[in-house]
Amino acid sequence: MKEILLLKDGEIVLKGLNRRSFEDVLKKNLKNTLRSLGRFEITSAQSTIYVKPLSDDIDLDEACDRVSKVFGIVAFSRAAVCEKTIDDILSTAPEYLAKELSFAKTFKVEAKRSDKKFPLKSPEICREVGGEILSKFPHLRVDVHNPELIVNVEVRDFGAYIHGEPRKGAGGIPVGTGGKAAILISGGIDSPVAAYMMAKRGIQLTAVHFASPPYTSRRAEDKVVRLLRKVSKYAGPMKMYTVPFTKIQEKIKDECPEELFTIIMRRLMMQISSNVAQQNECFALITGESLGQVASQTIGALACTDDASDMLVFRPLIGMDKQEIIDISYKIDTYDISIEPYEDCCTVFTPKHPRTRPVLKYVIEAQEKPGFEPLIEEALANLKLTYISAEDD
Amino acid sequence: MEHYLDNSATTAVSQCAAQKALEIMTKNYGNPSSLHLKGLCAEQELVTARKTIAKSLGASNEEIFFTSGGTEANNTALFGTAQAKKRRGNKIIVSSIEHSSVIEAAKKLETDGFEVVYIEPDRDGIIRTEDVLSAVDDSTIMVSVMTVNNETGAIMPVADIFSAVKAKNNDIICHTDAVQAFGKISLNVRRLNADLLSVSGHKVHAPKGCGALYIKKGIRIVPLHYGGEQESKIRPGTEALPLIAAFGTAVGEFKIDENYGKILQLNGYAREQLAKIDGIVINSTPNALPYVLNISAGRVRSETMLHFLEELEVFISSGSACAKGKPSHVLSAMGLDKNRADSALRISFSKYNTIDDVDALCAGIEAGLKTLAHR
Repeated sequence: MKEILLLKDGEIVLKGLNRRSFEDVLKKNLKNTLRSLGRFEITSAQSTIYVKPLSDDIDLDEACDRVSKVFGIVAFSRAAVCEKTIDDILSTAPEYLAKELSFAKTFKVEAKRSDKKFPLKSPEICREVGGEILSKFPHLRVDVHNPELIVNVEVRDFGAYIHGEPRKGAGGIPVGTGGKAAILISGGIDSPVAAYMMAKRGIQLTAVHFASPPYTSRRAEDKVVRLLRKVSKYAGPMKMYTVPFTKIQEKIKDECPEELFTIIMRRLMMQISSNVAQQNECFALITGESLGQVASQTIGALACTDDASDMLVFRPLIGMDKQEIIDISYKIDTYDISIEPYEDCCTVFTPKHPRTRPVLKYVIEAQEKPGFEPLIEEALANLKLTYISAEDD
Repeated sequence: MEHYLDNSATTAVSQCAAQKALEIMTKNYGNPSSLHLKGLCAEQELVTARKTIAKSLGASNEEIFFTSGGTEANNTALFGTAQAKKRRGNKIIVSSIEHSSVIEAAKKLETDGFEVVYIEPDRDGIIRTEDVLSAVDDSTIMVSVMTVNNETGAIMPVADIFSAVKAKNNDIICHTDAVQAFGKISLNVRRLNADLLSVSGHKVHAPKGCGALYIKKGIRIVPLHYGGEQESKIRPGTEALPLIAAFGTAVGEFKIDENYGKILQLNGYAREQLAKIDGIVINSTPNALPYVLNISAGRVRSETMLHFLEELEVFISSGSACAKGKPSHVLSAMGLDKNRADSALRISFSKYNTIDDVDALCAGIEAGLKTLAHR
């Protein structure tokens, strides 16, 4: 039996005249994520995208899993393809959904006839298919109000399709339609979630990670790579820049007041990141900050950090509780990696009593005295580039 | 050049042992349980390895049971004894500085309803006989004390402890985790008065994935796994013969006295050189096993120094086994303050180490102390 995936476009159907370009990006993203599984034909019509496998040996379970992570799709179904004749529909429906039908107690048939040339009208299709199913599965009862299983029959321009309940898609809008932004990623729980959330709104990501060997270990960097591969399943392939941060952190430690270590470090990170972002045509920075979570994320501290860069900064987690963030990290499968206990650059040289209400003027003074510019230039000249792909996960 | 000084974590497999494993995997690959000649040839390898290991411990062949390693040997010892003796009593005494494969097994037994007493070491990191003895009572079924501590190299008076325990109550099963002592000092199960003793292959230049538990004749323990007749049903499952035969080969290569002398010199040299560096404190006591040398380096965090040294191809271990912030239990029990415990490093030698390795280490630590920012 031939199968196909029917994907329902999300909010891009509202995009008016730009809809075509959104749909093109979505199709390209689908093609990229499915490429390593085999050849597919991807076409669209009537706010549905048809993903048709071109050979029989393609793993459609895996294809469904990957499709479920592509932003821009609200729902999708794995369907049987049959000829546009009532006979073929009647023989296919009970066979294709045999397993679901034998476990259900109640069902109903819903038919959509967008090809008006098909001789039977929708209610007639429902009646015919329902009768056929009842004759094959006599234990079933029809319940049009609250059925356990809905058998969908769609008669469209190119063929007829039969499927059970549609699955939920990832929602959002296609990655790449929202421009590019740079995510500051440490290895904790929050930043991968922030990355995921902005990718959902169509952002194509570039990652910036700060490494301070030997204060941080190679495993900490490897951990970030593995986190980004998980995020890549949603956000597509991306570049990751590793900034050598050791000398800067040592200078902060040697020449700045202890209670301002973290705040100055974060300002420098923002400054370096906006530089990397500009080089990569990014329009914004993304951070995993959540208001009040730690001393460096109080409203005063955020104001000081924010001042360090002119670039637009997205903080998608700003109003979320830790548990809400953790829930998403479970969903996107980053939690277990995030909690691995390797030191990252944020936990090196943490002050005993960080300033929770820093005064910007004094912070700037404290930061200007040592003169970080030459070290920043040196760091920017020695960026390490890694290509992140979900395929390596 | 690489300077591997983390031999308490694992060791390089000796050439002969690696050869042996390869030979078993590619030529003598039979299943020791098979009735045909190929099986017999494999079985003979198993017998040879068992004999070698039995002999090295002063045990008889029937008292050696191969396992997947030290962890399985320790787990088998603790759970197997607890299960076998549960009708006689429910108290188990272990030292508080055991390897996690003993501590965690003991904790699990605690949740299963056993009473577990953890004996703290003295300021030298040594478990004292009288402390163990005072915990022994009529309901005690087992005592487990390691032979040598993995973090400091402290040698426990195991023979003393076991004799005293047996004198008080001869039914108590005495187990020692000898993983860090095996091949380094001569061990004799009779002289130790041990009923159970665990060893591991990969700490003695054999491959990872095999170990053995000595079970004194007449001692009954309940197995953890069920299946075939292998290892007298104590550890069923087709034997990991390539690893076991290599283990036998590696143990056959033991030259305990000769190597001890060599390592003693190396340790002495390291102590001398390290003493010249400002800010180094030696944590291992002078009478600890010379294969392990625990030090604290200035105020640089263990992990930072470790990563600094790895850049110079010097590989050691952080003294505090815990990854995040928590200072080592053993070192705090020895009365080290937080700073010293946080900067603790463990250097551990093998017969392959030379003066060059120590020189590279000392030069590295000296450079690290100069360049690395303090916490």
